Amino acid sequence: MRRVIYRLGWPGTIALLCVMGFICMALFAPWLAPYPAQGAGAPNVVAKLSPPSADYWFGTDHLGRDVLSRVIYATRISLSNGILIVGFSLLIGLPIGLAAGYFGGWVDEALMRVTDVFLAFPALLLAVLMAAAMGPGFLNSVIAVAVTWWPWYARLARAEGMVLRGQPYVEAARLAGVSHPRIILRHILPATGRPLTVQAALDVGPALLTAAALSFLGLGVLPPDADWGQMVDAGRKFFPARWWYSVAPGLTIFLVALSFSVLGDALRDRTKGPSRASA
Amino acid sequence: MNIIRYILRRMVLSAFVVVGVTFLVFTVAQVVPSDPAALYAGPRPSAEQIAKARVELNLDAPLPTRFLTFASAMATGDFGVSYKSRRLILEDLKAYLPATLELAVFSTAIALLFGVPLGVMAAARQGRWFDRLASLSAIASVAMPTFFLAMLLQLIFSQWLGVMPLSGRTSREVGITDPVAQVTGFLLIDSLLAGRPAAFGNAMLHLILPALTLASYPAGVAMRLTRSAMIEILQRRHITAARALGLSQRRILFGHALPNAMGPALTVIGLSFAFALTGAVLVEIIFAWPGLGRYVSEAILAKDFPVIAAVTMVVTICYVVMNLIIDVAQALVDPRVALT
Repeated sequence: MRRVIYRLGWPGTIALLCVMGFICMALFAPWLAPYPAQGAGAPNVVAKLSPPSADYWFGTDHLGRDVLSRVIYATRISLSNGILIVGFSLLIGLPIGLAAGYFGGWVDEALMRVTDVFLAFPALLLAVLMAAAMGPGFLNSVIAVAVTWWPWYARLARAEGMVLRGQPYVEAARLAGVSHPRIILRHILPATGRPLTVQAALDVGPALLTAAALSFLGLGVLPPDADWGQMVDAGRKFFPARWWYSVAPGLTIFLVALSFSVLGDALRDRTKGPSRASA
Repeated sequence: MNIIRYILRRMVLSAFVVVGVTFLVFTVAQVVPSDPAALYAGPRPSAEQIAKARVELNLDAPLPTRFLTFASAMATGDFGVSYKSRRLILEDLKAYLPATLELAVFSTAIALLFGVPLGVMAAARQGRWFDRLASLSAIASVAMPTFFLAMLLQLIFSQWLGVMPLSGRTSREVGITDPVAQVTGFLLIDSLLAGRPAAFGNAMLHLILPALTLASYPAGVAMRLTRSAMIEILQRRHITAARALGLSQRRILFGHALPNAMGPALTVIGLSFAFALTGAVLVEIIFAWPGLGRYVSEAILAKDFPVIAAVTMVVTICYVVMNLIIDVAQALVDPRVALT
């Protein structure tokens, strides 16, 4: 613990704990939620839209469900949304970027121009276009965001591939007659793993923000499932008079995204060298 | 010479990107699972009506032909007809674009006005409490979901404090009873042209909350970029020389260091503009702002695909052109850019 604090600094450590806390919230939702049945979607019409109280810490929604329980259950969808977006994006971006960086020449030029086209779109708008074309739903919204997300990994992987291509051990492998796909898969991919996984893990926060925006526009999960963005949107009909309905999930999105970016900053400072560790 | 070659290369690449963007929008239009002809034909269409719509929309032609038709229509501004309202999309765009641009220009200005000076001051006090506080708020502003910030500002400033209007572009008294004559479509300019300071003030008041919402993210980015650029520049020798000459801190920061950090400011202008154009989708529905964003979000709910495609095309091309201008400006300000 002490070593973690020393390495990440206090803000980074708190952020790390928050991220771990949210992951626990997703895993143990049925045990943590005060009203598990309502969290899963069962209505409770006797307590429609009641303000925050000792019984319902964050108030209740238009079907009388405890907003806190709903937020805790929504963690499962929102977090897996973020993780899947990053996962899908790596799946597309990594091979394309590594191939571009490793082969260079016209392969690089062609792949990177395609990447440029995707980067030319304002990300949210392309995601909206995709999601609108495919219709709302959990998997569709993941794919829609991943389509706008992968070019960043393609660029990162390309830079890595270009550096590693010239490494002696890669040249040795090539002289030994190892095929190109095998070199990329067995010799280059493992070496790019570390910097990219750190980046990817931190991107779960921003990815989740974009996914929340799609849900807010009605392009994410459909009721009775809920994620945070969709809850904020559902609460908008009763806003601002019944503000708690939207404020609780909104603040949660903010906290998760904040934790990821503070953690990201702490890690980035750490890699810069020991001089800043004291700051 | 290098700079001219760089600019030409950027222009060719941008042209290529525009073609690619058109192709991508067209491709996404092809995977719509719901039949566009059925949507076009109206509610509960008969088989004949759908068949007729297929002919009208040219859906039976081979794909390459359809792409060429699509691309040439986009190039001439013929975005087709909205499935829902049957109005010409081009006319709608003309009506809604100024409101969104007004918002975009204002939020960009706010972002720069707050972000850049805060970044300079944070860099000058690196590691001290002011720097930490400013850096933390910059991170917070980047992590804040736009749509939630919009609602939060509404809740605090309109509902609780009652100092700001909740939504809309003007009050009902100005908007409906006594509208300002439309000349440019930019309400601030139009009300000044009409010589009506009260209407101008009213429009300004309505602009503040949505513009602040959209400015928050780019202001945070501007602060962080300016801060890191300034920290690097403050260690250079000409700053030490200026210090040795006994120049005041303010003159060193704003006269000698900041001009060298203009690169990030240019980047932020582009980023902020793009963010305002896309963020408009989220912010305009909350503030009932009659712009492109609200137009798209209504189209999303109505599955009005031509509208979504048209707005995506227009905004993306604005974005590509903006990026091109900024790249060129950056190369002119800092010739080293052209070398890479």
